Amino acid sequence: MTRERDLWMLGLDIIAAIAMFIALYMALVWVPDAANLTTPVERAAQHIFYLHMGVNVGAGLGFLVTFIASIAYLLSRRRIWDMIAVSSVELGVIFATAVLATGSIWARPTWNTWWTWDPRLTTAAIVWLLYIAYLMLRGALEDSAQRARFAAVYGIFAFFSVPLTFMSIRWWRTIHPVVLGGSNPEAQGGFALGPSIRLTMFVSMVAFAILYAALLGHRVRLEQTAEAIERLKEQLA
Amino acid sequence: MEESVEYLAGAFAVAWLLVFGYVLMMARRQRRLEQDIALLRETLQNRQQD
Repeated sequence: MTRERDLWMLGLDIIAAIAMFIALYMALVWVPDAANLTTPVERAAQHIFYLHMGVNVGAGLGFLVTFIASIAYLLSRRRIWDMIAVSSVELGVIFATAVLATGSIWARPTWNTWWTWDPRLTTAAIVWLLYIAYLMLRGALEDSAQRARFAAVYGIFAFFSVPLTFMSIRWWRTIHPVVLGGSNPEAQGGFALGPSIRLTMFVSMVAFAILYAALLGHRVRLEQTAEAIERLKEQLA
Repeated sequence: MEESVEYLAGAFAVAWLLVFGYVLMMARRQRRLEQDIALLRETLQNRQQD
């Protein structure tokens, strides 16, 4: 690993830490409660929204980058694209787990249930399972070239579940609020996006995007180290 | 803990445990792999000297 790259990664780590601190401060201290929510429990739980949107960005980026890296791998057959794809899926799954967990915890005081088979929740759970299956598929294949090829094809098709999840609250009847580009009159626990709420949401989304980029750098380095070991083993054999 | 912040605290705890747990796991994997690389390089060097 080059020293220059290590410095870049350290710089990104520091920026991510600062961005996360600002996002947390804004979400927990700076932003006022949503005006239309009536009970203290609902008002406090609404602050989960900023975290929920942030981890959503992490998951979305994880799966989008996998989609792009999978196409790039199939076109170029360069190993680095496969490394980026698997690293990004792993991060996407971690963030998607956080999306489901934070959403479920927020749903309890808002919808009076931890889980409901609403179109958004169902499609989000399907996305999560699809990408866990991606990791299982990789684990089941021995040959590295075959593994990379199969995973790339899977990574491209699996991605179509992501825009479907995004659009599910716009296309189907749901109780999940529509935050970006629209509204849902049947939503339960929705709130108006005032300037301070909008700004805090935006800062949280940017902070998680930076965190995703920093973690991706470290995860790809892990893949590169593992490959260096394989090469050394081949030399020794 | 007050009931009003129970859910908020729970959501933040779960999300950050996931992220920090993953970072910790990555750091451990990286350290183990670097130890393996050092060992393999040493073995290779010894073999070339012999």
